[in-house]
Amino acid sequence: MTKIWAIVWKDIITELRTKELFSSMLTFALLIIVIFNFAFDFSSELIPVAAPAILWVAFTFAGVLGLGRSFALEKEGNSILGILLTPTDRSLIFLGKMISNAIFVFMVELLILPMFVLFFNYNLSHSLIPLLLIVFLGTIGFVAVGTLFSAMALNTKLREVLLPILLFPIIIPIIVSSVKLSGAILNGKTMGQAGTALQVLVSFDVIFLVVCSIVFEYVLEE
Amino acid sequence: MDTIWVESNGLVIIAESVTKSFGNIQALRGVDLKVKKGEFLTVFGPNGAGKTTLIKLLATLTKPTSGKVIIANHDIKKEPDKVRGLIGVISHDAYLYENLSAIENIRFFASLYGVSEVQGRAIEVIRQVGLESRMHNLVRTFSRGMKQRLAVARAIVHEPKILLLDEPYTGLDQHGSRIFGEMLKWLKSENRTILMTTHNIAEGLEISDRIAILSAGRIAYESETNKVELTGFKEIYFEKVGI
Repeated sequence: MTKIWAIVWKDIITELRTKELFSSMLTFALLIIVIFNFAFDFSSELIPVAAPAILWVAFTFAGVLGLGRSFALEKEGNSILGILLTPTDRSLIFLGKMISNAIFVFMVELLILPMFVLFFNYNLSHSLIPLLLIVFLGTIGFVAVGTLFSAMALNTKLREVLLPILLFPIIIPIIVSSVKLSGAILNGKTMGQAGTALQVLVSFDVIFLVVCSIVFEYVLEE
Repeated sequence: MDTIWVESNGLVIIAESVTKSFGNIQALRGVDLKVKKGEFLTVFGPNGAGKTTLIKLLATLTKPTSGKVIIANHDIKKEPDKVRGLIGVISHDAYLYENLSAIENIRFFASLYGVSEVQGRAIEVIRQVGLESRMHNLVRTFSRGMKQRLAVARAIVHEPKILLLDEPYTGLDQHGSRIFGEMLKWLKSENRTILMTTHNIAEGLEISDRIAILSAGRIAYESETNKVELTGFKEIYFEKVGI
């Protein structure tokens, strides 16, 4: 655990000093929400269907932006090799990087959520906790895969382009489940009314977490 | 820290028929190398000879395509974590975080090496490399020479008995090279086993006990340092690397 938290601490301190990931992710997510807000008519019947998808487009697109930079920062000065030279299990390095990425993405989501509620005129007084749970579960799944692919794209010239191309097809089950569940919660329904979406989301979270932490070792090898 | 367990013949680093290929490119073509405990071996070679690949292999950053590498009686393929705990690596890249201070960097790496007294040990090694006055400054404000000294602190924070140095003089000015040279002498005096790669013949000859030439992925020459002198060795070097 000490090693995981050392990596998380290092990433948080670095981010607090550079503000490189957080500010770009937050601005991008905010822009998506604002653009879609102007693009849709408030009275439109599409809003209850489209709004949850807009929310997750903002979360995932902004998240990809941050995930892409996460390992790019490790490449500067080849500092990632300093970590790889230590007797630290590769799965612990993965978990450390994944937790710090998840913290940054989740922080952005927490700031974007009130904007979304304001722009799309939702009342979350009774559904905030379930919505936060879904946001958390969805974030864990896509950040796990994103952290792996961000490391995979590290030694490629086209890493900024490669990451979304690799990531989005894999995280479809996570995004679809998260959109369905968020839609149900935002429209006053229960999570059970979204069918098996919660089971799918939790299952893929577990699968992605386990598989990514195992595969990470081979991804980093030259 | 682990105690080095050396083979009865005193060898700490053994590479046997090691090859490494990247696709169609063969970086190493059957390297045989042995380094005794406490010995300083310098491997010379031109760019593209395979020096960095050799260091990466010994440092467990990559695996050999074929052949065997044993470090302090641990096979690098089977027990990479044990090997990592026994070695320190200094490269031409410092492997440091520019936006962390010197002490934060060393504390971070000390935690990953599992050092018990992280803060105390970090301060101690920073003092040893003469950077105590800049301990709390961000690494991005350091000169190249200072970063290289801090890289030494990073590499020895877990008290390794084996050091691998990959072109450590690259990018250092004369003053920086001199300070780094003194630091190497200090590291050698502590009875560490050191393997350094460089293309700088004078600096390599000055400090090492034994020398080797790596040319086109093979060890083309090996000798005790006291058996050669600078001019004669330069002729051998250029002959072996084909210039």
